[in-house]
Parts: sequence; structure tokens; C-alpha cells
Amino acid sequence: MLRFILQKLALIVPTIIGITIASFAFIRLLPGDPILAMAGQHGVTPERYEILKEQFGFNLPIWQQYFNYVGGILQGNFGISLATKRPVIAEFMTLFPATVELALFAMLIAVILGIPAGIFAAIKRGSWFDQVTMGVALTGYSMPIFWWGLLLIIFFSGYLGWTPVSGRIALNFFFPRVTGFMLIDSLLAGKPDGFVSALRHLILPAIVLGTIPLAVIARQTRSAMLEVLGEDYVRTARAKGLEPRRVVGVHAFRNALIPVVTTIGLQVGLLMAGAILTETIFSWPGIGKWMIDSIGKRDYVSVQSGLLLIALIVMAVNLVVDILYAVINPRIRVQ
Amino acid sequence: MKLMRTLLTATALVAVMGGSVYAKQLVFCSEASPAHFDPGPTAGGNDFDASSRTIYDRLVEFEHGGTAVTPGLAEKWEVSADGLEYTFHLRPGVKFHTTSYFTPTRDLNADDVIFSFERQWKSDNPWYQYLEGLSWDYFQGMDMPKFLKSIEKVDDLTVKMTLTEPNAPMIANLGMDFSSIVSKEYADQLAASGNLADFANKPIGTGPFVFVDYQTDAVIRYQAFADYWRGKVAIDDLIFAITTDPAVRAQKLKAGECDIMSYPAPADIEGLKADANLNVMEQEGLNIGYMAYNTTIAPMDNVNVRKALSTAINKKAIVDAVYQGAGQVAKNLIPPTMWSYDDAIVDTAYDPEAAKKMLADAGVSGLTLDLWAMPVSRPYNPNAQRVAEMIQADWAAVGVTANIVTYEWTEYRERGKQKDRPGAFQIGWTGDNGDPDNFFATLFSCSAIGVSNYSSWCNQDFETAIQDAKKVSDQAERTKLYTRAQEIFKAEEPAMTIAHSKVFMPMNKRVQGYTMDPLGIHRFDNVDVTE
Repeated sequence: MLRFILQKLALIVPTIIGITIASFAFIRLLPGDPILAMAGQHGVTPERYEILKEQFGFNLPIWQQYFNYVGGILQGNFGISLATKRPVIAEFMTLFPATVELALFAMLIAVILGIPAGIFAAIKRGSWFDQVTMGVALTGYSMPIFWWGLLLIIFFSGYLGWTPVSGRIALNFFFPRVTGFMLIDSLLAGKPDGFVSALRHLILPAIVLGTIPLAVIARQTRSAMLEVLGEDYVRTARAKGLEPRRVVGVHAFRNALIPVVTTIGLQVGLLMAGAILTETIFSWPGIGKWMIDSIGKRDYVSVQSGLLLIALIVMAVNLVVDILYAVINPRIRVQ
Repeated sequence: MKLMRTLLTATALVAVMGGSVYAKQLVFCSEASPAHFDPGPTAGGNDFDASSRTIYDRLVEFEHGGTAVTPGLAEKWEVSADGLEYTFHLRPGVKFHTTSYFTPTRDLNADDVIFSFERQWKSDNPWYQYLEGLSWDYFQGMDMPKFLKSIEKVDDLTVKMTLTEPNAPMIANLGMDFSSIVSKEYADQLAASGNLADFANKPIGTGPFVFVDYQTDAVIRYQAFADYWRGKVAIDDLIFAITTDPAVRAQKLKAGECDIMSYPAPADIEGLKADANLNVMEQEGLNIGYMAYNTTIAPMDNVNVRKALSTAINKKAIVDAVYQGAGQVAKNLIPPTMWSYDDAIVDTAYDPEAAKKMLADAGVSGLTLDLWAMPVSRPYNPNAQRVAEMIQADWAAVGVTANIVTYEWTEYRERGKQKDRPGAFQIGWTGDNGDPDNFFATLFSCSAIGVSNYSSWCNQDFETAIQDAKKVSDQAERTKLYTRAQEIFKAEEPAMTIAHSKVFMPMNKRVQGYTMDPLGIHRFDNVDVTE
């Protein structure tokens, strides 16, 4: 088992090096200039531009800038944001819990709705339920997030007034930040109505962020179930007269779950990508919106280190999924 | 220890909350997060709204809803006859904010004023680089290092500022956000404890609102300052709910989640006006959208060709189609709300036939040129691409072929300001301080070539007029000089002035007394709310 984990870790090293290069290059390949973006409408004189370039180290050869960046990271220094002048790691830690809270909630919605929908669609294969569910799933998968979010806001918040438009909690709740998770902090502060408010604020963004994973999970569950339902052991179970609910719920479902769990693990990366759009629409103070703002300001330091941190977390989650998987299924370890 | 501190903070916050249950609260849906709360080294309107206009005061202030300079922390001032010495008499008894992290032991004095400028000016000041990568862009952009010779303390409440040369707009500069007065006592305290960064994140000022809390990228909270020198403001709590998408801001306003919002999308304005609970204020913006011809490159070095190109353009049609009722045709560089605006100027009339003839007379035929269009929507020009297409069509009618050129925004400006940039370049300007110099000299002085003079235009008569206008402080005298500058500008057509846009401010009807500011800043010190 240890050997398996070490192998996985060894594979991560070249990936991380690749990501540092990609994130470093990405923001520099975009047209635009951080110094000019900071200066505002007055611009800067050519002399002052040179001074600022030197101050930020942008006058150094590009390879040297890269090694300075990697060197900093190896010492745990992710740099200082060009825009806010705060350490990037501090910004990240401030905003990350909001994204996690949203992503977990989105995943919860996706799993709770997606798995049963997939199971029923598989059992009733070819029925109207199957057709409609899979049609909706395909639509959900193709939905432009920005448009979908705005549509939900206009209908549920604007027209019906059921949910708040944006934000994380009603403004009259004001308590100290402990964990950064609004649901937990509200309870720690002894404000159950704050908890309800935070929950209400989570609903729409979580639906929007959860839509694509929901579609993927529903389709994956359906196909996995269909495959398993055709297996000999399911026929055997049926033949020995087990009630259908037990056949589907125990024999088929548990085996069908294996590829579904893998899919869920893979969705973490997609959730981070989806968070960028979802957070922007709902003014959700998480790392997705932070990345978009930083790209807009050409804040090289925040973008390169932020992307790296996000990638590290996605990789860590996938590593944990791989390990758990190996624990559950010994065959993986041997391979 | 950490838990203990958290619990203490919690108790303090609950106490604050408890005291404000029946408080008058105003929620502003703002458009972007501030970089931090030190107005000196920031440059965005959103930064200033969150710091200088709430937490800080300046020696002089712009009047509400206008650009006239009124006394602020300086209750009066004198300017020496040669225009070189400014003596400011500070208001006695001005208190700095008392918060959980700072308790002032003294009132505002000359040391605070000197410190506020020297930290931006002198590279050997320990606060010049108090955050990594700090740059004082506005202080530099307004040429303060060039004009300042010294700032000295005469006594505790008197400060003398000496200039290197007479510069009448200096007073207006001192009302700008970067000139906010900060606390030297607080700076010293932070320097002693080594927490310099707190200066930008836990601000202390003398302004109408005390900073309470900032939840990054989400919410900023302020409380009215009970000991404010002008007297406590009418509202008790001010909250900025940061909402980046304009359509979402509009929804929040309609849903009552905020009381007032900035920068509505043009498409939402009709819907907001139709809402019975809302009131949409509007005002001419202190801005100009224009198209700069490069006057050093043939054939645009010929004034008649420039005039012909402008004569061929139907400006009214552009303003109607692109600004959709939120703009007015601009005949001068400065907007009509600014003092010294010359209404006697006759604008270039739209006349394609005349344009054709003028081009033929100048010996120009089959002209092809670059027509630059900004990639972003700006207050002074909501859709430069559309403007470019309309100009392209107008020019085609007189036999001029335009190639529309665009780049990423910072790249666009960088390429645009190059002296040898070809073609006609769309750009604009939003006033910083209400002084005409801020338009004329910033955009068309000889020294701005390669920086913000996108026409590379250096006209000696114009230059003399605007430089002379800097040296006299009498407004009537300055008006004469700027009138002259406007005449020369129109006769020489270094750029075609397109439009001044309107700015809209939608708010709930319970908001009382809000005045729109021509400088585009958002101020809440004179606002009240009805229950």
C-alpha cells in the first residue's frame, strides 16, 4: 500500500512542475501589462515605467522570473499580490472556504438528485421517465452557466422573491469569522437564523454550480446500472427470487457505484472551473471570482500562484480518491 | 490564545451589533472590491469610494454635486502673490477615529498633513514602501513631485506648502483622493509594533465613517463617526455589498437587498426607471469621448484633412445610436458643467459633400487609415466598436477607407500613445478634480506627447494659453485663457470630440438627500434614509 502511495506521489512531481510552467506562462501570454493596468487612466511616463518594472522584477529575463517564482514556492512563499499587496496565500486562505462550502453543497445536490435519477432511468429504460431524465441531463450538461444563473436569479429572486439575489448571508448578520464556512460560523456565533439565511443564499449558486455534475452523474449512474443489470449475478439474484428492490438496491447498485464514485472525484476539477463563473454571477467571495478579478488586473503573482494552489488541491483530492479506491478495491493496488 | 482573542472579538462585535439593532442602515451595491483602504497608492474609483470618501478627509473638499473647492480640514488658506506659497490653517479639534485597534491621544495637527504627503513623495520616508510593490500612481500622475518644493510646519495648526513654479490647479489636486490626510500617530504606533500592513487594512481617518470590518470580496461595514468634526452623519451604518455583475446589482436593488447601486448597465435603466420603489438619478458626467488624429503623420498633419474627416462624420447619429439617450454631442473638450466651457464655439457641421470637396482641395484621394476602437466599455464611450463601424460607413461615403483596429485594453493604450501610431484613435477621459487643466494639459499639452496626448499635437498658441492658465489663480483670468484654448482646439481639430455621457444612479425611494457627484465618486455623508 505504501508503495502504491509513493508511486502516485512520484507521478505528481512532474505534474506540479508542468503546472508551474503553465500557470506562469498563461498569464504572461495574455496581452496586457500589470504595471499599466495598475496605473489607471493617467498612465505612466516611460521613465517611471522602467522604474516600476525593476521594482516588480519584470525587467529580469523570463527564465529568471520563473526560477524566482519556483524558488519562492519551494520556500513556502507564494508571493505578494500586485493588486492588494497582501500575501497571495493569505488571500487564498481567506477566500477558499467560501468556494469549498459552495462546491460541497453543489456536489450534494448533484449526488442526491443525480444518483436516484440515473437508477430509475436505468430500471425504466426506454420509458418516458428515462427519455425525459436523460433529455434534461443533456440540456443541463450543455447549459451556459452565466445565462442559467441569471435566469434563476431573475425568476426565483426577482419574480417569485423566494431566494436572495446574491451574497453569502443577509447583511444584518454580522459575526466573527472562525472557520470561514458561513454555515458553521453562524452556528458557532449562536445564530440559528443566520444559519438559515446562509442556507438560503447557498441554494441558487449551488444549483447553478451543481447542474453540470448532476447531469454527468445521472448519465454515468444510468449507464453503469444498465451494465450491471445485465450481469450474470443480477440474473442469479433475480432467479433465486429476491425481491426487485433488493436486487437493484444491493446487488446492482453497490457494484454500479464504483465508476460513479470515480466520476464524482473527477468532478472536483470541473467544479473549480464552474466556480469561476458561478461565483462571478452571484458575487460569491471565493477563489473563482478572485481568479477572474486577478486575471482582469493582470495580477501576475496572484494568478500564477492561485492557479498552482487550485491545481494542488484538485490533485490532492484526486490522490485521496485514488487511495481510498485502492483501499476499497484491492485489485487496483496490484495493477 | 487565538481562541481567546476570537472570543473577545466576537463579544466586541456582538456588542456593536446589539447597539445598532434600530440603527439607520444604508446598503450600497458597489461594483468592485477595493484593493485595500489606503487611498494614496490606489487608483480606482471603487478604491476611493471605500476609503477616501468614507474614512478620510482632505485639506480641501469638492462641494457636494459640484467641483468647486471648499474648506475641509483646512478652514482657510492663503496663496502668496507670486503663487508659490500656500499657507493652510488647520481646523482645531478634529478627532481621529477611535477603534478596537487604535485610540488617538491627540487631535489632527500639522504633522499628520506633512506625513500624508511625504510618505508619497520622499523615497527615504520609511512609509514610502510600507507594502511590497507600492507605487503612488496618482501622486505621480498629477505631477506632484515636479511642483512640490517643500511642506513645512509653521505651528501645530499651520502648514506651509512651497511650489517650484506657480500652479493654480494645485488646490484642486489637494481635494483629490490621494491627498487624503492620514494619522501620523497611528503610523508611528504601527511602525513601533512592526505591523505596517495594518495601515492599509485597518484604516484610521478623520472622515464621516469609521471602518468596522471587511469581509474580502463581499462586504465592507462602516459606522457613523460620532465625533465627526462636521457633526455625526444622519445614517448610523453604511454597508458596501460588493456585487460585480451590473444585472445582479439591479436585481438586488429591486429585491430590496440594497438601497443604492453604482453603474447600472444601459440595458437595465428603463426597467429600473419603471420600478415604482426606485428613483433613478442622472447627471452629465465630467467626461469626454473623442477620437485623436495623429497630427504628425501625413495626410493628417494637414488641418484641412482633419477637418474634412470630422465633417464627414454624423456625430448626432452616433450619439443617438450608441449612447441611447445617455449622452450629448460634444463640441468642446471639456463638458458643459465645467467652468470655462465656451458655449460660443460652433461645432463642425456634418456635411459629406463639403468633406469630399475639402479632401479633393487638399489633394487627398483614396485615403486609407486605421480607425482604433477600444475593446472595453467606458463611461465616456459605451461601445467603441459600434462607433467605429458608424464612422467607417460615414467615411466610406466620402471615399475614405477605414481599417478598424483593436487590442486588449492596456495594450491598446500603450500602442495608442506611441508618437508614430498611425490613424485615428478613439479614447476618452474622466475628470479627476474638476479643473479644466486636468483635461487640457493632461490630454493635449506638448509634454504629454507619448503619455496621454494621443494626437502627438503640440501647438505653441494652445500651449501658451494652457500654461499661462496654470500660473494665474484668478478664475476669470483663467477662463479667458481656456476660452482661447478651446478656440484654437476647434480651429486645429487635433481630435474629434464625440460625446459627453450621462451617469445614472438608481436608488430606493427611501434614500434621501443623495447628490450625484460629477467626479464619479460616491459619497454618503449627506444621505438619510426613511424607515
